[in-house]
Amino acid sequence: MSSEGQTPDLSGDRGFRSVRESAYKYALAGCAVLSVLTTVSIIAVLVLDASQFFAEYPILEFLTGTEFSPNLEPVSFGVLPLILGTLLITFGAALIALPIGVLTAIYLSEYASKRTRSVLKPMLEVLAGVPTVVYGYFAIVYITPALNAAIGVLNGALGTEISRLGLFNGLSASVVVGIMIIPMVSSISEDAMNSVPDSLRQAGYGLGATKFNVSVTIVVPAAVSGIASSFILAISRAIGETMAVVLAAGSQPPDIPPVQQAFGVPYVAPTDILSLFTESSATMTVAMIDIASGDISGGSTAYKSLFAIGLTLFVITLAMNVVSDLVARRYREEYE
Amino acid sequence: MTSQDMASETEAETDDDSLVTTDPGKGGLDENDDRGSVAQTGAGTVIESRDLDVFYGETQALQNIDLAIPENQVTAMIGPSGCGKSTFLRCINRMNDLIDIARVEGSLTFKGKNVYDTDVDPVALRRRIGMVFQHPNPFPKSIYDNVAYGLRIQDKTENMDEVVERSLKKAALWDEVSDRLDDSALDLSGGQQQRLCIARAIAVDPEVILMDEPASALDPIATSQIEDLIEELATEYTVVIVTHNMQQAARISDKTAVFLTGGELVEFDDTDKIFENPESQRVEDYITGKFG
Repeated sequence: MSSEGQTPDLSGDRGFRSVRESAYKYALAGCAVLSVLTTVSIIAVLVLDASQFFAEYPILEFLTGTEFSPNLEPVSFGVLPLILGTLLITFGAALIALPIGVLTAIYLSEYASKRTRSVLKPMLEVLAGVPTVVYGYFAIVYITPALNAAIGVLNGALGTEISRLGLFNGLSASVVVGIMIIPMVSSISEDAMNSVPDSLRQAGYGLGATKFNVSVTIVVPAAVSGIASSFILAISRAIGETMAVVLAAGSQPPDIPPVQQAFGVPYVAPTDILSLFTESSATMTVAMIDIASGDISGGSTAYKSLFAIGLTLFVITLAMNVVSDLVARRYREEYE
Repeated sequence: MTSQDMASETEAETDDDSLVTTDPGKGGLDENDDRGSVAQTGAGTVIESRDLDVFYGETQALQNIDLAIPENQVTAMIGPSGCGKSTFLRCINRMNDLIDIARVEGSLTFKGKNVYDTDVDPVALRRRIGMVFQHPNPFPKSIYDNVAYGLRIQDKTENMDEVVERSLKKAALWDEVSDRLDDSALDLSGGQQQRLCIARAIAVDPEVILMDEPASALDPIATSQIEDLIEELATEYTVVIVTHNMQQAARISDKTAVFLTGGELVEFDDTDKIFENPESQRVEDYITGKFG
């Protein structure tokens, strides 16, 4: 029906459509900008208020001070005890969660039947959905008494003299935060193991590898970037965890153990490290809660120290994220 | 035997080299037994199937397969897609165990021993029957570690450097990689990767090598290298190769089995006979390209 000399009309309702399309575009861009703006302003506030704090309190003393007591005169804001508390609980939690998480992931990905996996995996992920305050009470009410009983048995059996745990202690906080981040490790690691091509497993089986051989020498090495990412995400989570830690470990910053010398080599006595775990061990986040919920006035040095601690925490977790990115990129092309 | 039994067999672990885990003396596969089993199954037969049926769930993939694969020769399996030729190949080293719904009935013997007997450990079986897959599947490890992988898991780490070198030479890859054994295997070309997979398979010194369309993912030059290699390997190993490519089967194999749709073995004979004067009209139609 195309008549001679007439081109078809392909303009549609161009005017209206282009307005609508650009409306969509700006609405979507607006949402994206909103989250970026929020992040940027949080960082700006942190840096700004932290710099006010550093105007009143020397940054060097903040970073190297071994005493944190914002409420008692003379006040001191050494962040080291808080970093120590954070590292302690993070380290303890990682010690529990990383091996258990990876072994769980190997089980789910390589050994469990489809049915078992379809039951177990959601259950593990529910673990991640439990409010952290519940974990905190769980630590106080069950884990600390259980650990105390275990210490009692250990002391009785081996004649050791490990002191009983206080009501608030770093050990139960480590355990509970560890339990909390297991699903993170196992879930992300399992995804990574699942995406290892089956052809590699087949190659292994074809060479007479056992299931264990295949899991440990083929699947885990091929999934190592995902496993490393899961570690770093889980550790970041442990570093930032607050509610469970304040309930389990209390708000008293740990004492920095004395560094001793043996034949010119500095060391910290194992008993001192052990006692760090048996006593209250406030982390950076806990100290912030403590200050923010305490009886301090806005604008005071103690109030401003909140932002300095927050900035420190931010720098640490940012560094973790950068490292995780680098790790993931380093191994990304492994089997593609 | 149910598929569940087989699955649990797969998970059984052993470091034992004997195929039979429980009682190696009884009908076992140790060297002394070879003579007897050869006499029993016909001269030079390594693998023999009788009334072999394979099911995937309700679907029957192979029907009543009777086939005897001769030693130190190349046996090709040809046929249209879905005819069950790969399934048959995977029955030989029990790779089908890895598929939950696969079920095998009938018997398939390796040197006279039924590999589906309950006392057979598939891990031990696969250590004597190597496999090369359709797509090159080197591990994301170094070239050296790929070849050494089987040796390491089988604790055959003595003279490993030598064995790795010998295997790469047999696979006609040594000259191309001898100066970069520590490089990632994934940096190799597709054809090189496939030859690496062959080197990896022969490093552990199997008696049989199964190849599942080993050249189908490769370009013509790499394909012809692999074909030369297969003929070379047949002097030392029994090679069973599945291929889509009839010319390839005609070029490199001594015996050819033709499977046709429905999981049926229609004809099995000397390759020359199959391609020049097949008994079955259906085989002739397939080979001359009238269908399939």
